[in-house]
Amino acid sequence: MEMVLGLKLIAVALLIGLGALGTAIGFGTLGGKFLESAARQPELAPSLQGKMFIVAGLIDAIAMIGVAIGLYMLFAM
Amino acid sequence: MASGAELTSKEYITHHLTNWSVGEGFWTWHVDTLGWSILMGLVFLISFRAVAKKANAGVPTKWQCAVEMVVEFVNDTVKSTFHGQSALIAPLALTIFVWVFLMNLLDLVPVDFIPYTAQMIGGAMGYDPHHVYMKVVPTTDLNMTIALALGVFILMIGYSIKIKGVGGFIKELTTQPFNTPWLYWFNFILEVVALLAKPLSLALRLFGNLYAGELIFILIALLGVWQLPLHFPWAMFHILVITLQAFIFMVLTVVYLSMAHEKH
Repeated sequence: MEMVLGLKLIAVALLIGLGALGTAIGFGTLGGKFLESAARQPELAPSLQGKMFIVAGLIDAIAMIGVAIGLYMLFAM
Repeated sequence: MASGAELTSKEYITHHLTNWSVGEGFWTWHVDTLGWSILMGLVFLISFRAVAKKANAGVPTKWQCAVEMVVEFVNDTVKSTFHGQSALIAPLALTIFVWVFLMNLLDLVPVDFIPYTAQMIGGAMGYDPHHVYMKVVPTTDLNMTIALALGVFILMIGYSIKIKGVGGFIKELTTQPFNTPWLYWFNFILEVVALLAKPLSLALRLFGNLYAGELIFILIALLGVWQLPLHFPWAMFHILVITLQAFIFMVLTVVYLSMAHEKH
């Protein structure tokens, strides 16, 4: 019984942690590219910012699904 | 809150994560999800319609200005993203954006306010307060987000078939990306997976963000007096998340419908 509980906790930790890892790298690259292009062409900055948020939402998606499943496993299972 | 035994933290959390469901098996109705989503829909329709009826081009009121800003924002987004001809897309995008935003906004109501009121009312009506469940935010219910995504999916397939014909639609699914008859089955598998991934990711993205947000509110509420300095920053961050998720749902809907409208 404790084994199952322990394994569940490790599973949740892996789900959330690995998702966060990928998302962090993705956001870092995205933000860096945005700053670079805004520095090159400042007049495009507002339009690029809108597109950046759209891509940010897409990057977030799978990690968030992982977080939701992990938290569901932890509290409601 | 309890009228008897002590409430453990696990019970508190699971109590706040349970829907008020009536019926069982396939015919379970999540009455709280249905009720709050319909209420938010009515709020949207009634307030926007009131502005439309009393629109004053010369001297707009503040609420009219706000509504105009939202409509203009959605209009600009649709114009830049949608490359077809359709009278349905812009109102659809407006509905999705404002409705999802209003439903998400319910997450900012403090955790215990509405469920506690529901428990009081339930207790007064004779039910056991411990078994009165009320989950306020409809978009934290997977059923709600999948219903929204299913609507978008049906529109995607409907418009694909209408613009390209059934034959053209099947052709598109079987000839991308390898255009040889030997690999039609392989293309079909890949394309069907991609096609199904679109509404599924829409639903799960919205659900995941909102469920995690609500769960963190509940966890912070368990901390006793330390919840005060933590609730505020999280609520501020959550305002961004709410708006962003509604915006992303709308933009992706418009993008998918635009892809359904194009013929190669």
